[in-house]
Amino acid sequence: MIIDIKVLQTAAYLFASILFILSLGGLSSQESAKRGVIYGMAGMFIAIASTVAGLGEGVKAEAYMYIGVAIGVASLIGIVVARKVEMTGMPQLVAILHSFVGLAAVLVGYGSYMDHMAHITPEELQEAPHIIHLIEVFIGVFIGMITFVGSIIAWGKLDGKIRSKPLLIPGRHAINGLMVVACFVLCYFFCNAESIEDGMMYLYIMTAISTYIGFMMVMAIGGADMPVVVSMLNSYSGWAAAAAGFMLGNDLLIVTGALVGSSGAILSIIMCKAMNRSFISVISGGFGDAPVASGEREIVGEVTATTHSEVAELLKEANNIVIVPGYGMAVAKAQYPIHDLVQRLQKQGKKVCFAIHPVAGRLPGHMNVLLAEANVSYDIVLEMDEVNDDLPETDVVMVVGANDIVNPGALEDKSSPIYGMPVIEAWNAKQVIVMKRSMATGYAGVQNPLFFKDNTDMLYGDAKDSIDKINAAINEAALV
Amino acid sequence: MKVCIPAEINTDELRVAATPKTVLRLIKQGFEVFVEKDAGLKANFSNKEFTDSGATVLGTAKEIYATGDIILKVLAPGNQEIELMQKGQVLLSYLWPAQNPDLLERLSKKGVNAVAMDAIPRISRAQKMDVLSSMANIAGYRSVIESANYFGRFLNGQITAAGKVAPAKVLVIGAGVAGLAAIGTARSLGAIVRAFDTRMEVAEQIESMGAQFLTVDIEEDGSTDSGYSKVMSPAFIAAEMALFKKQAEEIDIIITTAQIPGRKAPVLVLKECVDTLKPGSVIVDLAASTGGNCELTKDGEIYTTDNGVIIVGKLSQLPSQASQLYGNNLCHLLDDMGKAENFKIDMEDDVVSRAMVTHNGAINWPPEPLPVSPQKKKEDITEEIDDAPTPEELSKKKAKSTLINLTFIGGFLLLLGMVAPAEFMQHFTVFVLSVFIGWQVIWNVSHSLHTPLMAVTNAISGIIVIGGLELFKNADIPLPLIILAAIAIFVASINIVGGFFVTHRMLKMFKK
Repeated sequence: MIIDIKVLQTAAYLFASILFILSLGGLSSQESAKRGVIYGMAGMFIAIASTVAGLGEGVKAEAYMYIGVAIGVASLIGIVVARKVEMTGMPQLVAILHSFVGLAAVLVGYGSYMDHMAHITPEELQEAPHIIHLIEVFIGVFIGMITFVGSIIAWGKLDGKIRSKPLLIPGRHAINGLMVVACFVLCYFFCNAESIEDGMMYLYIMTAISTYIGFMMVMAIGGADMPVVVSMLNSYSGWAAAAAGFMLGNDLLIVTGALVGSSGAILSIIMCKAMNRSFISVISGGFGDAPVASGEREIVGEVTATTHSEVAELLKEANNIVIVPGYGMAVAKAQYPIHDLVQRLQKQGKKVCFAIHPVAGRLPGHMNVLLAEANVSYDIVLEMDEVNDDLPETDVVMVVGANDIVNPGALEDKSSPIYGMPVIEAWNAKQVIVMKRSMATGYAGVQNPLFFKDNTDMLYGDAKDSIDKINAAINEAALV
Repeated sequence: MKVCIPAEINTDELRVAATPKTVLRLIKQGFEVFVEKDAGLKANFSNKEFTDSGATVLGTAKEIYATGDIILKVLAPGNQEIELMQKGQVLLSYLWPAQNPDLLERLSKKGVNAVAMDAIPRISRAQKMDVLSSMANIAGYRSVIESANYFGRFLNGQITAAGKVAPAKVLVIGAGVAGLAAIGTARSLGAIVRAFDTRMEVAEQIESMGAQFLTVDIEEDGSTDSGYSKVMSPAFIAAEMALFKKQAEEIDIIITTAQIPGRKAPVLVLKECVDTLKPGSVIVDLAASTGGNCELTKDGEIYTTDNGVIIVGKLSQLPSQASQLYGNNLCHLLDDMGKAENFKIDMEDDVVSRAMVTHNGAINWPPEPLPVSPQKKKEDITEEIDDAPTPEELSKKKAKSTLINLTFIGGFLLLLGMVAPAEFMQHFTVFVLSVFIGWQVIWNVSHSLHTPLMAVTNAISGIIVIGGLELFKNADIPLPLIILAAIAIFVASINIVGGFFVTHRMLKMFKK
């Protein structure tokens, strides 16, 4: 029996695709998620091994060496980075990894074009498969470049290397639109290019344009919208891979790219819903368009500051406590002392849980990961909707480094730029403690009427510091 | 800075201007605190408690007044106390500047910088220093407890084996802080509560406390910019009296809280109204000290009228609680004035400039009026037109839009099929189906696993490495292509390995 290596490869690809789907499906619960990762690794191994095996007889020995060295060194780097990264730094890591996919897609696109043009006969130049292939290359490089540049900017913003304030140049929508039109025109020329030199020139120009688009797109987006941007770039990296699959005629790439692409798209939709924003307005940097200053209502009421010992006292009296973490907790790395505090309170027989807003932090699910890192049991980590109804019976809500996600203005104040965004209704609890570094506004740049409510007390200071002090105060009280 | 708390010399005054708890706060603000011996006894605070909190107890009032930079008192100082004061000393106490012009005269002559705690403007920022509110809250609570004491029945309704008991009906007149506190207390004891106020804006507050808002059929709003109510027109007052008289037929307890600052309290409950009440009914008059809201009130006395109605004209002060709240108010004011370190009399400040009735030997009274802030602007509530589509219409609409979408998609695919080669269509099929699978699978991912999801999709999207590998498939590849391919493989591999490892690391942390 003669075994056709190509057919075998297809079978292997199909198996790898199934494993990838199972891998993503595994993430529906914490228990099955670990298995899911194993599936993913296995799928990836099979995919790479079968591709290398299927390269054919014509391949020179050096090629295997190049491949071996590239994969080997990259693996080492990957492992080191994955081990070293702190959980608070996850958003940055995810962003920079997205850029790699984008870069690879661009390079594969270039390579595929060069390879294609080197082997084409003049007669084939006018045929449909050729044109389709060129369009595929063009789209692949376009998406890849946007992903690459956009991810690097996102990384810079998340890492604080670039100011997270949105950069809004006037008429940017028109300019971006013009750029896209220019790409269409270039695509036409590119498809009709006679020589590889001409083709490469058009490809270079388009690369420059997509660099600009990727740059402007993420620069125009404010810090609070970062979760959407990161998941959107996640989606793009998938589409880039799928485009590469089209140009290489590789179904595995297409399947995987489509899976990742739709995954990122869903995450973006979930994030947008959580912020009551339309996807289009976020990706075009729409947040800055909202009239922030003009419609703002003056907030009446006074802000009451409290002390660590008073908070400890309050917690001692409370039976039902909800903790609402935000980005401030991540910045201060307060998840560990919070875990201590929760354990202490639980030992005293109190009911403690966490309420997580979908957009808390800078990455979808960011807070969950941080709390998991600190060994907080995921049973007591609840979603916004699970908690909101119980808040009126809650004695104390502790808001740790969050702002916009507990802003009552989102429900009450039609002029607020975050009006309509679902929020954790902390103010319904009997007492609210807000831990914050100062009275500064959140990323949305909106003042928070919650701080002025009668049942809200402010505890200023670094979140970790404050929790440590509360822990100490509770300890003291226990000893007396 | 030294803060001194003398004992109150008025024997009827049980409160003290600081408690061990507020002493702690003052010390935290950076003040040194001195308390006169036995100052807190009547409010149940021993000298030991004060010293334990860090205060120094001094034996005589003379020492106290000689030591302090800031004097905290409850009642306005008498002549002999003013004698003991020093020039430049700051005094925080009740002063009633409108009623006591000669007191201001004496204080200013002595060069004392006196802050009238009762003159703190009623703006939001100053709420935490507003002693009138905090004391009114206590009075409101106490008025119900006091009336329950004299009232011969239960306040709540009960059905017992021994028979049914109807709940008591309580009428609260004036829904300021005291009135609202009284409503809340009476409600929590189970009484049926009705409340009246001339200011229409408090209707909502009354109802939120669980009482019924009574009103007269005359359109006149008693609210003013100062937050207190104004004097109403004769027609309104007549209607009001008629209302009270009618209510008196069924009401068991009347609590009156109407006071107009700097004036005699309005007389709201007339003799004929009292006559209408059933024997055993109780009237508690919180305005007794300023003349009383009831015609028959005797200040400082509790007595029974000829028809058996008990009229209460004096209330216990709950000295321990009152001292605590009063002390907190003082702490907040001192905090606002810059604590010990930056203590400063800032005459530019809205609060300080209005409450500081004597400053550097001059009298600073009356202050210019300041509108109270927490009033909602009277907006016309536009009725939202209710034209929400019925579910049926919605589903029809949805079906229609789905149909349009499907037609559009079908048309697009047909067009694509006409121009695209077979191989492309095959790939396209795979692509579209994969998108659908991805769509279905990802919606099931738990919210808390979104970060691991991103990391794992990141790793999986490293599959682009295959694109790099495929570039090697030809034997005669030029050098630039090798470099391109090698870099592509390199970055994609970092992604794969890094992504999977970091996901694994994260998931290991999730535990029950």
